[in-house]
Amino acid sequence: MTSIVFNSVTVTRPLPRSGLQSGDDTGLIDLSPQPNLARRKSARARWHRVMLRATMPLVILLIWQLASTFGLVTPEVLPSPSDIGSAFAELVRLGDLQAALPVSLGRALTGLAIGGTTGLAIGLFAGLWRIGEGLFDAPLQMLRTIPFIALVPLFITWFGIGELAKLMVIIAATIFPMYLNTYAGVRGVDPKLIEAASIFGLSHRHTAWHVILPTALPSILVGLRYASGAALLALVVAEQINASSGIGYILNNANMNQRSDIIIAGILVYAALGIAIDLLMRMVEHLALPWRAKLVLA
Amino acid sequence: MSSPDHAVELHQVRRVFGERAVLDGFELTIRSAEFVAVLGPSGTGKTTLLRLLSGLDQADAGSVRVARRRSVVFQEPRLVPAKRVWQNVVLGQRGSAARQQAVAALTEVGLADHVDAWPKTLSGGEAQRVAVARAMVHEPGLLLLDEPFASLDALTRIRMHELVAQLWQRHRPAVVLVTHDVDEAILLADRVIVLSHGCVTLDLPIGIPRPRGRTGRQFAELRASLLSKLGVLVH
Repeated sequence: MTSIVFNSVTVTRPLPRSGLQSGDDTGLIDLSPQPNLARRKSARARWHRVMLRATMPLVILLIWQLASTFGLVTPEVLPSPSDIGSAFAELVRLGDLQAALPVSLGRALTGLAIGGTTGLAIGLFAGLWRIGEGLFDAPLQMLRTIPFIALVPLFITWFGIGELAKLMVIIAATIFPMYLNTYAGVRGVDPKLIEAASIFGLSHRHTAWHVILPTALPSILVGLRYASGAALLALVVAEQINASSGIGYILNNANMNQRSDIIIAGILVYAALGIAIDLLMRMVEHLALPWRAKLVLA
Repeated sequence: MSSPDHAVELHQVRRVFGERAVLDGFELTIRSAEFVAVLGPSGTGKTTLLRLLSGLDQADAGSVRVARRRSVVFQEPRLVPAKRVWQNVVLGQRGSAARQQAVAALTEVGLADHVDAWPKTLSGGEAQRVAVARAMVHEPGLLLLDEPFASLDALTRIRMHELVAQLWQRHRPAVVLVTHDVDEAILLADRVIVLSHGCVTLDLPIGIPRPRGRTGRQFAELRASLLSKLGVLVH
């Protein structure tokens, strides 16, 4: 049973051709459901999809491993998947990873907390009050065009090469996505809803609390998700600045010792962090927005 | 000047948008508990009238006196999607007393089963009944209906007519129903007024005894005269 997918519409059998064809067009064709087909189809189709998606990564992994095994690539340039696996095991055995993860996560979360809260606060202020919009919107729209990575040298001269500079980079990276989405979310609330609230006697404060904020929450959470991604990205950049702890430190050390297996293992840890944060944010959205159509986890 | 038996007293009201006077020298008095339907082609100031009565808009001149407690049912339900149905009915209030009030209002519109539902799970008719419950929970002296049934399917609309008639007879608010539907106006209202060019051009009492049906000579005559006033010729 093959199925063809056109923009997520699954056609499980060829539709009868209509129009210009010779032969008998007058009879009825049978489109009634075939017994048991639907149930078998859905389980098998899901299995097929999973297999299909896993194929390319598995093929690449296999080619990579074979290329390493047969000496087609030098291990100093590209270590084999199994070498990276053992490098990872080594990091865990020596306790390096366990020491580094809390440090790196702590940096990212502290920066996210400070930057996100700041972006949220300014976004609400600018969204709800005209004076806030006047004061903050234009400057923030200008500042957001600066890629935060460009700020790194400046932050090093201002804040040195210690923790403060790293934190500031993460804060700078997280303020803007949070601000933009909060502001847009608050401004995007249908004015008709606000009008209805005023008819039913809600004060400005109550309208903000009971109508605007709940309605803007999806957008605010999108901002939080973007900000978390930005925090991770900024963490990677910030940890290139003279890290004496954290995953960046492991990478730096490995770099000096020419251990590309450990470098790749470290990169994969960053990737895993990214996936974990994204999953966590989807869960938060799922819990905070029970009124929305069901969100698909992962 | 103002009488306690009146829910609306408009005198020499003028409302101008740019160069155009949408309402000019407008006069309207509505007794309390009176059901008035407002007909008129688009752009004749029906919505402007309703916005003035609700307080969402202000007149440029004249005197506008309306009942203190007013509620509006808009063309769209205008429910907060993030609040459960009962919270929408008593928007801004919390606690079990508010909930009880909401449940009572929702029971009256036949939605007792949907008290805790999210607005997005409701059908168009159900959402509009929530909006009606939200309007009624404030025990309005003046209920303003801005084409509230326009986007509903024909069967749902008939049910909504019955519901509104029932609620009006039970709670006796004065009602202003803005509509395009002549049959709806004749079915529900004590009085139908027709607007054109910013003035009332026809003020027609509907004497048909209630409950009303769409049949009968009286209905047909009223319908024909209103339609001809609105520029539709019926043979």
